[in-house]
Amino acid sequence: MVCNADEGDPGAFMDRSILEGDPHSVIEAMAICGYCICSDTGLVYIRAEYPLAIERLKIAINQAEEYGLLGDDILGTGFSFKIELRYGAGAFVCGEETALIHSMEGLRGEPTVKPPFPSVSGYMGKPTNVNNVETFANIPVIINKGAGWFNKIGTEKSKGTKVFALAGKINNVGLIEVPMGTTLREVIYDIGGGIKDGKEFKSVQTGGPSGGCLTKKFLDTPIDYENLGAAGSMMGSGGMIVMDEDDCMVSIAKFYLEFTLEESCGKCSPCRIGNKRLHEILDKITQGNGDLEDIERLKVLSNVIKDTSLCGLGQSSPNPVLSTIANFENEYLAHVLEGKCPAGQCKSLVHYVINEELCNGCTLCFRNCPVGAITGERRVAHFIDQSLCIKCGVCFEKCKFNAITVN
Amino acid sequence: MPKIKLSENTVQTIKSVCAEFDNKESELINVLHKVQGKLGYLPAEVQEVIAKGLNTSVARVYGVVTFYSYFTMIPRGEFPISICMGTACYVRGAEQVLGEFKRQLKVEVGESTPDGKFSLNCLRCVGACGLAPVVTIGEKVFGRVAPTQVKEIIAEYRQGCASENAKSA
Ligand SMILES: Cc1cc2nc3c(=O)[nH]c(=O)nc-3n(C[C@H](O)[C@H](O)[C@H](O)COP(=O)(O)O)c2cc1C
Ligand code: SF4
Ligand code: FES
Repeated sequence: MVCNADEGDPGAFMDRSILEGDPHSVIEAMAICGYCICSDTGLVYIRAEYPLAIERLKIAINQAEEYGLLGDDILGTGFSFKIELRYGAGAFVCGEETALIHSMEGLRGEPTVKPPFPSVSGYMGKPTNVNNVETFANIPVIINKGAGWFNKIGTEKSKGTKVFALAGKINNVGLIEVPMGTTLREVIYDIGGGIKDGKEFKSVQTGGPSGGCLTKKFLDTPIDYENLGAAGSMMGSGGMIVMDEDDCMVSIAKFYLEFTLEESCGKCSPCRIGNKRLHEILDKITQGNGDLEDIERLKVLSNVIKDTSLCGLGQSSPNPVLSTIANFENEYLAHVLEGKCPAGQCKSLVHYVINEELCNGCTLCFRNCPVGAITGERRVAHFIDQSLCIKCGVCFEKCKFNAITVN
Repeated sequence: MPKIKLSENTVQTIKSVCAEFDNKESELINVLHKVQGKLGYLPAEVQEVIAKGLNTSVARVYGVVTFYSYFTMIPRGEFPISICMGTACYVRGAEQVLGEFKRQLKVEVGESTPDGKFSLNCLRCVGACGLAPVVTIGEKVFGRVAPTQVKEIIAEYRQGCASENAKSA
């Protein structure tokens, strides 16, 4: 049996914190799981990027062995169980269970078609059970307190609690554990303390590169598997990235596709080539060269990729594109019809200009510009040379008089 | 096959790592981790020695090395700089920080400075998203990095002492 601690979803760190904070809960659950399915070996597939988690897990395994909670004939029951570690090497797709198994066998982490499912033929051709760290960590508590207790928490179909990693433009970042069915509003405003710098909430991305972006209109939707799915996103591992008015949704979709392109294993063509085409179209739009047909093309291609890819990565990779088109079509339209980026993020579409009436010549922007594109003297309005400007936005952030505008 | 120009010592090191894992082909990834840990990178010649040690083809080894982003075939700098490009860091301005590192060091992602001091890379999430944007230099983690701090950070490393005010994650 295998514990999946690959946590490839960028922006999520639940598994890491469980492994660093309470590795014994995972070890105990793995032993219980081994007992149930008559397995004597547990493998933990863990990311090499988490050195501290690896170290703590090793310590915990040694401790468990010393106490006789792992090893031969555990507590005189005749049941033996050992846990070994296997290291990942920086490939998102290895979180997919078949790819993970190939990676543990020392191969390239490419997924294979299911069936056969790992539970029929997995690691070294043997039946293999794959579960996530968080899933395991729930088990000891449920056994101690009983299923009735667990079933009381959550909604009718999604039971229990879920850990989310709140990150992005929010005041309180970190891990939270809430009962299923909590609304996004409660999570973002009550627990997260609202949006950073008093800006306006725009969107929250759940489910990582496979998920989608939810808007204001979903703020009061209870979070559970069914509702997130219906809203075009997914629960995924539980990453939650909050975005504010300054984030351009076309760029966000492009960002996720860059991730997919890098992480696609390249085995099947819809994912390898299709996502590349999606990325090219999005790039064209952010450059201001897109047209209305491009948006249509994005939709058609996305659906083809979803329907024809081999593994979950390709099947879900167009989700960020589809959900941003569905929820922020206006923004796409502004890019293609007016050549404008409403959030002021797309570099090719913005210019920083100094408003001479508001500028009092404090020289702050002039001193901070990393490329010396700003000229001007003290107490005289400054000027930005557009041919030198690299559009880093430093002047805009520094100006205390709102004299710099983004066009 | 080109002649192997590695020092006898290096070849021995690699062989002993292979032996440690019983020269088993299925342990390839573990062997690569260990060898990279010792040598810093995995150039073609090293891969040939490993292939021999594990009794498999060089193509198989090369296929695995190139598949995983953790393995590298080019030497990293004395201070390997990695910018997190995970989602949390991205929305908090990692791109600008990366741009500033590129300009200051005059290298592209995946390259090293000519003096071998710094190399620049991107990675996806070190699990310190609360501190976004995150930059790691060697083992050290810098949180909430602003583009304007970049120059300072590089200067401190140039002088040979690591920044003390770095927040570790
Ligand atoms: C592209 C892709 C990436 C995945 N990444 C992870 C991951 O990083 N961690 C994880 O636990 N499961 C990941 N999964 C899900 C696993 O395939 C598998 O469903 C999961 O480990 C089962 O555990 P659970 O039933 O306990 O949730 C991924 C799936 C896909 C398709
Ligand atoms: S969908 Fe993408 S990641 Fe999955 S098997 Fe196909 S190419 Fe590989
Ligand atoms: S996204 Fe950068 S540390 Fe997680």
